[in-house]
Amino acid sequence: MPLYLTDEQAMLRDTARDFVAEHAPVSHMRALRDANDATGFSRDLWKQFAEMGLTGILIPEADNGLGLGHVEAGVVLEEIGRNLSPSPFLSTAVAAVEALKGTAHAARWFPGILAGETVAALAIDEHAKHDGRVEMRAERSGNGFKLNGAKRFVAHGHVANLLIVAARTGEGTTLFAVPNGAKGFSAAPERLADASLAAHLRFDGVEVDADAVIGDVDAGDAPLSRLLAAGRTGASAELLGVGGGAADMTVNYLKERKQFGVLIGSFQALQHRAAHLYSEMEVARAAVLKAAQLLDSGQDAGEAVSVAKAMTGLATTLAVQEGVQMHGGIGMTDEYDIGFYMKRARVLAEMFGDSNFHANALAEAAGY
Amino acid sequence: MTDDLETFRAETRAWLEANCPAEMRKPMRGEKDATWGGRNPTYAHPDQKLWMDRMGARGWTVPDWPKEYGGGGLSPAETKILREELKRINARNPLNSFGISMLGPALLKYGTEEQKLEHLPKIARGEIRWCQGYSEPNAGSDLAGLATSADDAGDHYIVNGQKVWTSYADQADWIFCLVRTDKTSKQGGISFVLFDMASEGVSTKPILLISGYSPFCETFFDNVKVPKANRVHDENKGWDVAKYLLGHEREMISGMGLGAAGGDPLIEAARKGVDPILRAQIALFDVRSRAFSAMSERFIDELKAGRAHPAQPSMMKYYGTELNKTRHELMMAAGGSDALEWESDASSHGAAPRAWLRTKANSIEGGTSEIQLNIIAKRILDLPS
Ligand SMILES: Cc1cc2nc3c(=O)[nH]c(=O)nc-3n(C[C@H](O)[C@H](O)[C@H](O)COP(=O)(O)OP(=O)(O)OC[C@H]3O[C@@H](n4cnc5c(N)ncnc54)[C@H](O)[C@@H]3O)c2cc1C
Repeated sequence: MPLYLTDEQAMLRDTARDFVAEHAPVSHMRALRDANDATGFSRDLWKQFAEMGLTGILIPEADNGLGLGHVEAGVVLEEIGRNLSPSPFLSTAVAAVEALKGTAHAARWFPGILAGETVAALAIDEHAKHDGRVEMRAERSGNGFKLNGAKRFVAHGHVANLLIVAARTGEGTTLFAVPNGAKGFSAAPERLADASLAAHLRFDGVEVDADAVIGDVDAGDAPLSRLLAAGRTGASAELLGVGGGAADMTVNYLKERKQFGVLIGSFQALQHRAAHLYSEMEVARAAVLKAAQLLDSGQDAGEAVSVAKAMTGLATTLAVQEGVQMHGGIGMTDEYDIGFYMKRARVLAEMFGDSNFHANALAEAAGY
Repeated sequence: MTDDLETFRAETRAWLEANCPAEMRKPMRGEKDATWGGRNPTYAHPDQKLWMDRMGARGWTVPDWPKEYGGGGLSPAETKILREELKRINARNPLNSFGISMLGPALLKYGTEEQKLEHLPKIARGEIRWCQGYSEPNAGSDLAGLATSADDAGDHYIVNGQKVWTSYADQADWIFCLVRTDKTSKQGGISFVLFDMASEGVSTKPILLISGYSPFCETFFDNVKVPKANRVHDENKGWDVAKYLLGHEREMISGMGLGAAGGDPLIEAARKGVDPILRAQIALFDVRSRAFSAMSERFIDELKAGRAHPAQPSMMKYYGTELNKTRHELMMAAGGSDALEWESDASSHGAAPRAWLRTKANSIEGGTSEIQLNIIAKRILDLPS
């Protein structure tokens, strides 16, 4: 398969680009922030995503979804990133769907996702760094399990209808699909640097039925790694959009801002930095597409996914830093959008493991 | 994947298994292991010639060139499969050649039928070794400022002047050369000519590099007679050919940032144990290197489909060469004092430090990194002058 978008994928990108830019541009995110919105995203917009079929992008056709792949999901996420649109798309339509696909949970949860009513959150991380350590316990109790422990950095955790929870069971890790509203569950949303909300979750003896288990008991690593691969690839695509949006804004600014009587874009020092940034972003773009294509082909994509997440972290971080710097003083103002890109990039870079985490994973896989 | 392609892959694999000598599946130990062919070839191992001849006879040194010009006549998909199968067995490049990577594509686009039939098959089989006569002492980055003159003398030109940095000029059989046919126009006064390095009036003088090698030369032309039939494209239109060829040169050089076929020596060095800081540097480098590998695949796919931006080779060249320099800095750091030995047998005659020093030219030759960044800024990002 050639490493560029097919005509159909490019069409989907154009559709997504127009749709997101029209309905959820940066001003949408700014308005939610200014209103101190407690949900963190627009439910109306989530419905509109559903009406366009986008919430079912990864849901198989047999389950009434679009039956598309990670390349297509990435195409949509890139536009979400470019517009800094707050959306549960990544956690719900990509990561959660991937974990539930082909399990008994599909029938229960997919209709709500397709309708734009259900939002899923990923209760995976327990520490300030994404590191795979799971201390939350699930003990057998009656016909089901009792969950005890805490999770953090859970986007949409305070409003989600569905929580995908990783917990330790006797012999390993088990993944649970936990409906919201259970007794003993609490969610404390915190606003993050980018104005998005992520919750600290507590599970104090939360009881779940045995059929909440995704896949098999003690065998949660398989669905969890599907979820993580999808989440990481998706987050890479969203980061690509954030970095690309920042880079575009910056190059445009270089073409309109005058100092010393000339456009600042005529200064070679800035031209070279812009050209270097362009190169980093293009390389990151190739890495993301590679990872998504490998995932879609069913081949082992683990290392390619790590490359994508690490590379987009590096490239986008550069994009937002250069973005603020080349905007000069205006780049430091809240009124101007470029700073929002910096903040969003920082959050996405941290999510699902940052560049260092994934570089380390590659080193370990290569045996050094 | 269609059945035809599956069959092609199976046949290719079988042929390579039968025809690629075991010696040619080992990593190269230095520049001496490279195969260049030509009228006066040198081989560090006899299998180099065998491998070049076998691949050349099949047209697989230039798999996607048409068969009538000595190529393999393969489709883009087949070419990709061949490349993958070669990589799978860690096969060495059967033939290093400026003819393949630079002149060939330019001749295919701009050459006459006679020129194509005369030169391309010899390039494909490694019979004629070419060198590139572009740079001059006062025309490096400002290449169009070149002064070597070609005066009209009826059916031929008389060429006078000096080139510099001509890679392997002392071992090359023919030169593709930029000459000035009109002094009144800078870019519009350049012509592109081909001539035999054995012509009367051609002389070369090696330049010793910091790596201790001297594959580069100053090249002098003293009243050299060049038939007009050897001019590629119209008189004074050589700049078009030159630029087209440079795109291909940059494409070729950009492949350098990629790990060597068959086990990345940097990763192997890291496995032997390095301090945590160097380990982290190597791991982060590996991220970029693998991402660039995806970029190379994408670039080739886009090129084949006619989708690549015409200035994209500048980005590939810039990124690939800067990566390669970083790779060799890290290899030196991982190698420690072993990587400093300059002549010992254990160090394969100082392969590591010589390669490290050689890579410093990657971001100079074929247009410097700064020039590539200028091109990206102007032609891709459309930044103002
Ligand atoms: C190992 C090696 C092999 C080579 N092989 C060949 C060959 O086979 N055939 C051939 O014809 N040539 C060859 N070259 C020559 C090569 O193409 C030139 O060296 C190169 O184009 C740079 O020119 P220069 O050396 O004159 O440097 P200069 O042009 O003098 O550049 C000096 C410095 O100034 C910078 N600079 C110049 N102009 C600008 C600008 N506009 N903006 C910003 N920075 C600028 C450069 O980037 C560089 O850092 C080779 C060179 C090397 C080192």
